[in-house]
Amino acid sequence: MLIKRKSADVQRGRLQSALGGLAAGVMDRRSFLRRSGLVAGGVAAAGTLQIGAVRKAEAASPGPATGTKIVKNVCTHCSVGCTVKAEVANGVWVGQEPAWESPINRGTHCAKGASVRELVHGDRRIKYPMKLVDGKWQRLSWDQAVSEIGDKMMEIRAKSGADSVYLLGSAKFSNEGSYLFRKFAAFWGTNNVDHQARICHSTTVAGVANTWGYGAMTNSYNDIRNSKTVLFMGSNAAEAHPVSMQHILAGKETQRANVIVFDPRFTRTAAHATDYVRFRSGTDIAVIWGLMWHIFQNGWEDKAFLASRVHGMDDVRKEVEKYDPKTVEDITGVPAEQMKRAAQTFATVKPATFVWCMGVTQHSVGTANVRAICNLLLATGNVGSSGTGANIFRGHCNVQGATDFGLDVSNLPCYYGLVEGAWRHWARVWNVDYDYFVSRFDEVPAKGGRPARTRKANMETSGHTSTRWFDAANLPAEQVDQMDNLKAMFVMGHGGNTIPRMPDAVKGLEKLDLLVVCDPHPTNFVSLGGRKNGTYVLPICTQFETSGSRTCSNRSLQWGEKVVEPIFESASDYAVIYKLSQKLGFAEAMFKPYEMVQGKIGPEPTAESILKEINRGGWSTGYTGQSPERLKLHMANQDKFDLVTLRGAKGSPVENDFYGLPWPCWGTPEFKHPGTHILYNTSLEARDGGGTFRPRFGLTRERTLPDGSKVNDTLLAEGGSFSLNSEIKDGYPEFTMGVLKKLGWDKDLSPAELEVITGIGGNNIDAVSWSTDLSGGIQRVAMEHGCVPYGNGKARANAWNLPDPVPTHREPIYSPRVDLVAKWPARPDERTLRIPNLHTSIQKAAVEKGIAKSFPIVLTSGRLVEYEGGGEETRSNKWLAELQQDMFVEINPADASDRGIRDGAFVWVSGPENGSKARVKALVTDRVGKGVAFMPFHFGGFFQGADQRGNYPPGTDPIVLGESVNTVTTYGYDPVTGMHEGKVTLCQIAAA
Amino acid sequence: MARMKFLCDADRCIECNACVTACKNENDVPWGINRRRVVTINDGKPGERSVSMACMHCTDAPCAAVCPVDCFYTTADAVVLHNKDLCIGCGYCFYACPFGAPQYPKLSNFGSRGKMDKCTYCAGGPEADLSPAEFQKYGSNRLAEGKLPLCAEMCSTKALLAGDGEIIAQIYKERVVKRGYGSGAWGWQTAYRETIAI
Repeated sequence: MLIKRKSADVQRGRLQSALGGLAAGVMDRRSFLRRSGLVAGGVAAAGTLQIGAVRKAEAASPGPATGTKIVKNVCTHCSVGCTVKAEVANGVWVGQEPAWESPINRGTHCAKGASVRELVHGDRRIKYPMKLVDGKWQRLSWDQAVSEIGDKMMEIRAKSGADSVYLLGSAKFSNEGSYLFRKFAAFWGTNNVDHQARICHSTTVAGVANTWGYGAMTNSYNDIRNSKTVLFMGSNAAEAHPVSMQHILAGKETQRANVIVFDPRFTRTAAHATDYVRFRSGTDIAVIWGLMWHIFQNGWEDKAFLASRVHGMDDVRKEVEKYDPKTVEDITGVPAEQMKRAAQTFATVKPATFVWCMGVTQHSVGTANVRAICNLLLATGNVGSSGTGANIFRGHCNVQGATDFGLDVSNLPCYYGLVEGAWRHWARVWNVDYDYFVSRFDEVPAKGGRPARTRKANMETSGHTSTRWFDAANLPAEQVDQMDNLKAMFVMGHGGNTIPRMPDAVKGLEKLDLLVVCDPHPTNFVSLGGRKNGTYVLPICTQFETSGSRTCSNRSLQWGEKVVEPIFESASDYAVIYKLSQKLGFAEAMFKPYEMVQGKIGPEPTAESILKEINRGGWSTGYTGQSPERLKLHMANQDKFDLVTLRGAKGSPVENDFYGLPWPCWGTPEFKHPGTHILYNTSLEARDGGGTFRPRFGLTRERTLPDGSKVNDTLLAEGGSFSLNSEIKDGYPEFTMGVLKKLGWDKDLSPAELEVITGIGGNNIDAVSWSTDLSGGIQRVAMEHGCVPYGNGKARANAWNLPDPVPTHREPIYSPRVDLVAKWPARPDERTLRIPNLHTSIQKAAVEKGIAKSFPIVLTSGRLVEYEGGGEETRSNKWLAELQQDMFVEINPADASDRGIRDGAFVWVSGPENGSKARVKALVTDRVGKGVAFMPFHFGGFFQGADQRGNYPPGTDPIVLGESVNTVTTYGYDPVTGMHEGKVTLCQIAAA
Repeated sequence: MARMKFLCDADRCIECNACVTACKNENDVPWGINRRRVVTINDGKPGERSVSMACMHCTDAPCAAVCPVDCFYTTADAVVLHNKDLCIGCGYCFYACPFGAPQYPKLSNFGSRGKMDKCTYCAGGPEADLSPAEFQKYGSNRLAEGKLPLCAEMCSTKALLAGDGEIIAQIYKERVVKRGYGSGAWGWQTAYRETIAI
């Protein structure tokens, strides 16, 4: 069996052969299609010897479409946001039609989107609540499960504190679910709440927000149709975001655009590029500075843009001088000529856009990588207009929304942070006393030379990141900066095989007193390790079985309607969070603003009423204009939006709106802001979707001149840069009541607005700002004068509050170039958030132990088009599972021949930590360069050669299992966000 | 009358396999039967190209020419279909087909095959249009509903085109003229004895 189909190969697969033998007796010769469900069940049985699930699949077999109704929802896989049009008959999802009217996908899908119907037939879904008792799975009622879980949580809380229960949320939540889960964490009293953004784009959010204000994609997939140069780095859109390629390839054709792909691997995206640049994993900063060296050398930078809209580029210029072509070629392996050509194209064939994904972000220098790219965009003036921008393709269907709503250890919803003002703002929105929240947090005793923290201080201290949850369980208590070690994991919609160092995760799992996994499919958290007791599995329905909004990568919100009722005994996130809150005693306070309806397992809040609360509080990010009514209107009028500009057609009910009201959508819904298609776009009026860079780092910055004297540079925009028709023809700070008064614009506030502002401000009304004014009056008045509520500032080339204010190349923790480590070392050991981050110690130890000699191959990882994330859901989908039946490692023919490895044969991939190893198939290919190996990250269910199928609750094991790449990946964490170094480590490969 | 054809624009195909799962979803095709698949040449090398492959519904279809029980027929839309009640699973059509389209559900120890199955262009079979019997044997009949095959309708990059041969040839020609390159209408010479001249 070949792992990937090649050159007209039509070999039959292993499971296919198994099918023949098993199905022989049961096939109806005349009409095999009628019993296809049974056949698929037979295949499944080949792997698992379980026949119980077969009947369900057969019952779900669809007939021809008659008397059906159409329901629109959104694909639950990647962040592109393809509309799914479901045909439903008698409560069963029987067919899927192309949603031609969606401006995002125009009817199309990828393999995953075209097979989502299978998710709600799901014979391998978790069917009812279960718990593990002495290694056996026992069925429970919802009431009993939630009651036992709640009791255990309270017991742990009493002994070890609220922080010892980790709340791991999901990018698969709807916006409303994400928000609710963050609110739940606030009521529980911890900031230990996180989700997948930690492991995909946390460094992007930190890097981009610290540069120009907001941590999100600046433009849209559709807007790339305007680009004349598209540069991909560490992004394989053809597999990870296939439908985005529709816009990119169409743009490439109509604009005759350059498409340049920088990647250590010749990806499927590279196959469609005009230029492919192979570089060494983990040298992103050297690559970007190498490009900038040519740009500065040749004067290709955009001087007017830099003068009016950017602060501190001279500091970058100084750093870039070190990266001459020879140095860069030595570090990155990219020939100088190729570098120069790419630099010239990017800087001069404009508009140019930069697309990046996890190839850039998953590094111990992830935030610095992102900052370097932002600087390239700023230097070439490629931000804030159509065809340009930082087009960050995010991963999951709602990872943008879940990030926005603060499933993050250092934020409350909408990036308010954790400061007292932020808590007070949300306490006001939630109509709960601020002091109640203070009382819910732990007091942290003095430990390891660190001072003690009061409840209030702990409430304002960032939590522990999900990338290292097991370190918080395993490390000596003294090193973990909270009341006690981690004792419980409450996991909703998150895989367990998605972060490095799985052997350590296994140890961590064994230390937990309580593990709760809430998911449609049991994740690797369930199958990994040898837990015998204290594990609960709760069946959660998919987003197709509930309603709610989700935010795609381009910040557009789309409303998904419930297609079918939750199948089996599964329940929605809303219902489960409610039920648990009820058990824990704060449901009444938490849910009082919502409209409650009766669901399958009890009362649950409606998504509409939760979104309305978000609208009342999400001022800082412009989540206030997107009422459920407006979003539903957009879904009903998708065909009225322009394909390229995303603008609603004249005369239509959505006239002038941008599709999905991409945030920021300022003011109240009644203000009718159209949303912001392109961030920081000064060519539009503020109230028409225009914007400026956000000044959020002070108004001036002191600089020392060569003679030792000091000057204050302004951080506000200069030189006539402001959004169209702004009444202030210069830079300006954020709007507060005080600023309005100075301008004399406070008299434009309505009495009702003034009353709300006075109520919030009390004695200090001047301090009430655009982001804390619950009336929306300050935003409205600012925009009516043509101004952007958050101000008009400069982007920062030098982000002085970050560990590396100007990025500098640092060798990966496990570097193959030992000779470069001395000159370009990792950062000194430090503490990141709540635990130690030993960059230097580990890097030095690796050099001293000669790891690069015994593990000479660079290992990187990435996506396959058929699967997503940890992969349990997609590997349980028979239509997808059939396409990728084996975990594999891509290895270069030269490396394979040195090691006597045949294509398709089993090999052992071993990693430099913990004696880790993984048994996988070899795919010998030129796709990876010599000395480089690649493994996809979607597999799980095998661990170091051992089959763990028996660990899944009966009947819920995914069809395809395989070793996880993260068994062999290693230490390395970004100092800002704790992002793991998943994209570069070392390994050795040997024939098995 | 329309002359239905498939055209895969290899410069657009990214091997996302949407066509494959769309087909499975629409026609409820079981594991092991691939009415459509994506083939990649020069995998992992410069010049890598992918083509989505299925029955091309040939002019003077070679499968029909070799069938001993004469189970093939061509519809008024020039779609090549077959009758599973007549098919004896002999496998001749598999050898005759230049595209590897015919599929067989059974692989027993004695080498016997089941009824042949292949892409129907989402046009069902000889039974009454949209009848349960038709669906059970052949899958959906989108043509009878006035729709095109779902594989092409859902193609992520609009690489796979389905519809009247002249119209899709025109779309392809316009694309090639606009972008300045095109590797030709793959398989057309073999299937339809013609190419697209630009």
